Amino acid sequence: MLVAVSPFAALRDSVVLLNVTALHIPDGFLNLPISILTWLATAALLAVAIRRTRGELGERQVPLMGVMAAFIFAAQMINFPVAGGTSGHLLGGALAAITLGPWPAMLVMASVVGVQALLFQDGGLVVMGANILNMGFLTALIGYGLYRATAGGPRRLRLAVAGIAAWLSVMAGALATSLQLWLSGTSSLGVVVPAMLGVHALIGVGEALITVAALAFILRTRPDLVEAGRARGGRGWVAAGLAVALAVVLLAPLASADPDGLERVASNLGFLDQGEGAVYTIFPDYIVPFLGETPLSTIVAGVLGALLVAALTVGSASLVRRAGRSEPEPERPVP
Amino acid sequence: MRALQLERYVAGDSRVHSLDPRVKVVITVLFIVSNVLLPDGAWLAFLLGWALVLLSSALTGLGPGYATRRSFVALPFALAAVSAIFALPGRPLFAWTLGPWHLVATDAGMIRFASIVVRSWLSVQMAILLTATTSFPDLMHALRHLRIPRLLVQITALMYRYLFVLTEEASRLLRARAARSARPVSGEGGGSLAWRARVAGNMAGNLFLRSYERSDRVHHAMLARGYRGEFRTLNPHLMRREDWTVGMLAMLFLLLLQVISRTGSL
Amino acid sequence: MDDASPWVLAIDDLRFSYPDGRAALHGVSLAISRGEKVALVGPNGAGKSTLLLHLNGILRGVGSIVVGDLPVIESTLPSIRGKVGLVFQNPDDQLFSPTVFEDVAFGPLHMGLPEEVARARVDRALRQVGMDGYADRMPYHLSAGEKKRVSIATVLAMNPEILVLDEPSAGLDPRARRGLITLLDSLPLTMLVSTHDMPMVRDLFPRVVVMSEGRVVADGPAERLLGCAELLRVHGLEYP
Repeated sequence: MLVAVSPFAALRDSVVLLNVTALHIPDGFLNLPISILTWLATAALLAVAIRRTRGELGERQVPLMGVMAAFIFAAQMINFPVAGGTSGHLLGGALAAITLGPWPAMLVMASVVGVQALLFQDGGLVVMGANILNMGFLTALIGYGLYRATAGGPRRLRLAVAGIAAWLSVMAGALATSLQLWLSGTSSLGVVVPAMLGVHALIGVGEALITVAALAFILRTRPDLVEAGRARGGRGWVAAGLAVALAVVLLAPLASADPDGLERVASNLGFLDQGEGAVYTIFPDYIVPFLGETPLSTIVAGVLGALLVAALTVGSASLVRRAGRSEPEPERPVP
Repeated sequence: MRALQLERYVAGDSRVHSLDPRVKVVITVLFIVSNVLLPDGAWLAFLLGWALVLLSSALTGLGPGYATRRSFVALPFALAAVSAIFALPGRPLFAWTLGPWHLVATDAGMIRFASIVVRSWLSVQMAILLTATTSFPDLMHALRHLRIPRLLVQITALMYRYLFVLTEEASRLLRARAARSARPVSGEGGGSLAWRARVAGNMAGNLFLRSYERSDRVHHAMLARGYRGEFRTLNPHLMRREDWTVGMLAMLFLLLLQVISRTGSL
Repeated sequence: MDDASPWVLAIDDLRFSYPDGRAALHGVSLAISRGEKVALVGPNGAGKSTLLLHLNGILRGVGSIVVGDLPVIESTLPSIRGKVGLVFQNPDDQLFSPTVFEDVAFGPLHMGLPEEVARARVDRALRQVGMDGYADRMPYHLSAGEKKRVSIATVLAMNPEILVLDEPSAGLDPRARRGLITLLDSLPLTMLVSTHDMPMVRDLFPRVVVMSEGRVVADGPAERLLGCAELLRVHGLEYP
């Protein structure tokens, strides 16, 4: 009467639950300096997100973000057949940012990434900072920033931009992942960037299509629920979103076309030492030049730096705005 | 209808189960960090690390092979490291011409690739043991104790509470779509790609709205029980001497691995 | 298409266990002929919903299920789903399009029917359920009774050979429920309906199949079975 758990069923369940993109980096694929750096950036961004959502949502924040995090997780199960057994899926970062706002979306995606890593080993623990940055922050930044830029425009335009933003958000995540893998000495730039970007260019189309359709559905049925439709502020996000989107668009072909050039630059700066497993064995000496000599003025460093800069810009812009605001926001009407 | 297996915790009363969750989280993270710090080709240290995994797994009462058996699902990502085989300077092993690329595999490259895969594989196993022996609420408590911000922990805890509910709703949506997805005998049909994507988006939008309104109901239920933005929970976790001991032992062992890997010829 | 078989649905010794080992169906056999309206009753956990999910291949068990002259196997599923019209309990799970029209059109469009044919099917289905005029409404904003009707329409538009409903009157207020009963009465289709609503069973269904603990424990005319108080009580049912 007892039926043993079919390993196939277990695998199938795992596949259903595992995110289909290749963006969940497992432990062991990023070296410690990169892991720490991305964790620092993520921690800073999460701290800002926590402060901002407390102000915006008040006591409603926990039930809203908790349930919506479960939604994102569940929505990642919704697929559509593409061809030959493959299917399109939703990662959800852009959709979350457009509908909930960028800071709540970041907390939501951080929670999703955390649960995926903790419960299902989909993504590592030490590299979680990088995963949250790639799938939570970059997607929110580009998704919200670009969509916000169309505020007040016709619906078709907004939906089209939302689609482009969703696609770019996936590409940005893929590019960031590639760079992190390269800087960790795991993958060579000339291979990982084209491979990642190529695969995700297709995956991103699925993301774009579902995001646009979902957003259209929501706008048609309950437009009041779309955060990004509100008229407040957002200019900092637009600027930052456009900047990062631009960086992705420029850097991606550059990295693919001239990986050697990029590697030479990085080598000269002390970022990368491709000889004799040096990345690991001279760790104590390594971390000092990595953090100390970094001028952050080259394109490579610029992307990582752009993220930090964007975060600081947005963070300080919101602080300035909060200081200038004299009365509290009116309570959002509960339907 | 329990179609999806979301529960990863396996109840038990082993010493590992009863360890303070903070200790388990810290040991897991330190183990992973240690793996990352081990140099390429530190095979003895990797082997000892695996021995630690097997020993821990056995101590949980789930059998020594429990974690290893489940650890292969994450391996597809190993593809990302394949290029390392050809990228490191060293003694050439074999060469391969692929179109415009002339790839030379080196010994250093192979060692790097294998080391990355092994590091990842070991780390996943320890993470599996952590999840199997620590209930989710305990994990959340551990994170709180380890100074993870309260809001994040609360959100994650609530997410977990509704994970099954919402994934069930998504399953039912998928099922409802499947029930109406008929095709003629000729095999045509299925609609265009854009149409299929739109349907998927509609389903996601539908789920979004239902989830959003559910969050309102949850909020109201919380208010009705006096919630004002703070969760008060009982936190029964106190570090016992056993917890400190196990923690110290683990750290010493990991330090030993680091030393072993950098001295001697292996 | 003329079927040689007199049965619209023939289930033979169906067995099914869940992945976690829980057995749900212990050998269910059931045959329904054209035009019959059959009620499937039993306590919660009897396996009614599980059985229904086998009819269009969502769950796969051991044993044979034949719809018309087509066995329910992997390769025939695309056709089976057009023959078995399965309506789930919660219409919110079933209505996922922005307009009623799109939801009802989903089935025909997926089958590859040309747009005019699909449109005609939608119109007819909506008329059958008394929801013509609702084509441009948003399912999300309809009442429970209206959603239930639309969800039935989504399946009618595929011209199924048998209509299978899971707890259709659950959650409906008396007026909506009355409307549903009238609707089901008016449809000339073969029907298998799983329900707890014993008064509805008495009103609509000449034949009753009683399930309990994964088995069929009784199968016969409603007047006889519903009058047997002992049988009902043993299986957790009440006389209407």
